[in-house]
Amino acid sequence: MAEDKIAVYLCHCGTNIAGKVDVDKVVAWAAEQPNVAIAREYKYMCSDPGQDLIKEDIQQHGINRVVVAACSPTMHEPTFRKAAADAGLNPYLLQMANVREHCSWVTVDKDEATEKAKRILNAQIHRLPFNEALEPIEVPVNPAVMVVGGGIAGIEAALKLAATGKKVYLVEKNPSIGGHMAMFDKTFPTLDCAACILTPKMSAAGKDPNIELMAYSEVVEVDGYVGNFKVKVNKKARYVNTDTCTGCAACLDACVVRKVLSEFDQGLGKRSAIYIPFPQAVPLRATIDAEKCLTLKGKKCKQPCTTACGPGAIDFEQQDELVELEVGAIIMATGFELWDPGQDARYGYGRLDNVITSLEFERISNASGPTGGEIVCKNGEPPKSVAILHCIGSRDQNYQEHCSRVCCMYSLKFSHLIKEHLPETEVYELYIDMRCYGKGYEEFYRRVMDEGVHMVRGRAAEVTDLAMSPEEEGRLIVKTEDTLLGIVRRIPADMVILSSGLAPAKDAKAVSQTFGFGCSADGFFLERHPKLEPVSTITDGIFIAGCCQYPKDIPDTVAQAGAAAAGALALVDNATVKVEPTISYIDPEKCCGCHICVGLCPHVAIQYNEELKVAEVITAACKGCGVCVAACGSNVPQQHGYLDDQIFAEIEGAMAF
Amino acid sequence: MSTNGSNGFEPRLIGFLCRWCSYNGADLAGTSRLKYPPNMVPIKTNCSGRIDATHILKALKEGADGVLIAGCHPGDCHYINGNYRTAGRFPLTEKLLEQLGLEHGRVRLEWVSAAEGDKFARVVTEFTEQIRALGPLGWNAQFRDESAEADTAEAAKEAVPA
Repeated sequence: MAEDKIAVYLCHCGTNIAGKVDVDKVVAWAAEQPNVAIAREYKYMCSDPGQDLIKEDIQQHGINRVVVAACSPTMHEPTFRKAAADAGLNPYLLQMANVREHCSWVTVDKDEATEKAKRILNAQIHRLPFNEALEPIEVPVNPAVMVVGGGIAGIEAALKLAATGKKVYLVEKNPSIGGHMAMFDKTFPTLDCAACILTPKMSAAGKDPNIELMAYSEVVEVDGYVGNFKVKVNKKARYVNTDTCTGCAACLDACVVRKVLSEFDQGLGKRSAIYIPFPQAVPLRATIDAEKCLTLKGKKCKQPCTTACGPGAIDFEQQDELVELEVGAIIMATGFELWDPGQDARYGYGRLDNVITSLEFERISNASGPTGGEIVCKNGEPPKSVAILHCIGSRDQNYQEHCSRVCCMYSLKFSHLIKEHLPETEVYELYIDMRCYGKGYEEFYRRVMDEGVHMVRGRAAEVTDLAMSPEEEGRLIVKTEDTLLGIVRRIPADMVILSSGLAPAKDAKAVSQTFGFGCSADGFFLERHPKLEPVSTITDGIFIAGCCQYPKDIPDTVAQAGAAAAGALALVDNATVKVEPTISYIDPEKCCGCHICVGLCPHVAIQYNEELKVAEVITAACKGCGVCVAACGSNVPQQHGYLDDQIFAEIEGAMAF
Repeated sequence: MSTNGSNGFEPRLIGFLCRWCSYNGADLAGTSRLKYPPNMVPIKTNCSGRIDATHILKALKEGADGVLIAGCHPGDCHYINGNYRTAGRFPLTEKLLEQLGLEHGRVRLEWVSAAEGDKFARVVTEFTEQIRALGPLGWNAQFRDESAEADTAEAAKEAVPA
């Protein structure tokens, strides 16, 4: 091998690095280090001229190893490795030294930052002579995509992908797709009827020949890697043959168990034990609630549903079915949960009648809801006064610090709907800040103010039924400090709507573990990069869209779903994908065949060769954790890209001064 | 390294960070502009399960006063259970180091997720102070002296006529 000629490039990143690290000093020092042939600094290494510096040095000065001291390799390692490859250098002979995220941004003192930058850089200078030229492993890509979650995000992503001719599996845990949007009455600020704009998409998703709709199903296991995921989906027993059921609903009327609280109606309406969650459900098929059905609970029932069912679709013997799918990419669109206001006793939710959540109000104001769209209190009377309380469980350090982004706007929408239905009713909005950030949103706020809604700037402190004056008798009282008037107010209301924030789904953490990416501190799914890769996860091939990532409104959700679909398509539209070659290998000459690595490999990628009496790595199955390398008593397995010699050299470099 | 610490001693630390969780957690600390002491140089591996006793010993031998290993929280490992291997191996490593006469607390295992930039900054700050309190380890000087002695002995041996 020719002698090592290392080129060192120190990026200023504007002032992000150069503001803290003395770049001249570091470059002068680097130029003196063993094997370093060239040391340069540049304002923005990631720019075209910056990359050209690397290319020129490789081509004109015989540079055969490169270290770029700049941002995190997560950010620009692919950029620089591609530049190296373009100039004819094996990309794995380039290392990055992270002197921004791990140094200049986190260090107070300039001298200390400069010293730390040198040590971080020196670790890579020492490592490079041990780097091997590696070739990415090219693996075939399965062109199918799985979308998890059938709300507006999942539907949109599935439709977009299906339109390109890709096979899509749309997995939804509930009996019907539609998600939260299907429950809404109107959408802000245009006041489009939610059902009118959503149901055509639901129906299209149900009919699309490229979409295999798997409702009432849940993902239980995910294995494999980018381009080649193997997913196990549990198709829960509906106890109804979905091939023969026509969705005629005759069984619903026949069922004797009729007082089950409807999940779709937020418990405000009733359904039978055999049910279709709502009339526009897709697939329009009945489902038997096993916890409520007398027959399935082992009790006596004449099974009138069976009698009523013309096609004979009811099947009490049906079992859950485990289906195995192979897909190249996965889009997570698992949505949110409404924050449960019962967690804070001050609001009286669950204790005081007529204190309702925003989602309950959506159902009450919805023409197909439990009151037929009549805005009424529990006693059937229309409210004379309604208070809408913003930021319930949002922007609250006791519960969720984040702003849920949609509550201001849906609260204004409620005000408008109440004024439209009941012009004489007084409506109060109790807000901290009015956040109307979208297209047409501020205009909608103005419009609602002009409709005579009382805007009270102040967070609600308490909702009580303890009257302190005759006019408060029998009503709800909202206590708040009106911070514009500077007084404490008691606002009497007949109905209190709690504009609850959006919370991560209760199983978000477990789901993220099943799929192998993380959650952020707020509990929502963690995106790969908050700005540049908001729909990717740290796991290649898995994308996220909609409120599982963070609260967002419908336009943003639809846009993100499109972006996730494009991301997935950009992957599965290729015949192959390149995966990192940082996998393990075992020298059969050195292996003593003790088996210790065989049992430890998390991916069952090591097999024992009975003939040769040695362990062997199955290249296609190895994912490169390096557990076998650490476990072997004789140091026989090694991992490309993370050889012991490379790690040792990094340590030596980091500790050299 | 500057010597402006309270007792004039600035710990030199190595931090082995897994690529999926802790390295990204450290990145997030940076992106969030959190501040922590500059004493630790991070070394990236794919999984904390890649790190064994030899890496820790090497770091101490080269002059590290303390070594941090940070990986994904239990259940979050990108490689299903690599971090469980780390967790299982760690007490054995501690035992080994104890037998070599190392004080407890020079080697630390932490779970830091990609979302825990604040935790990463806190852990490095705490760990730096912890090692500062323990004082310098000086294994590198010791190794240097011993190898120098060995060289001298070797030279002396060679000098002796047979």
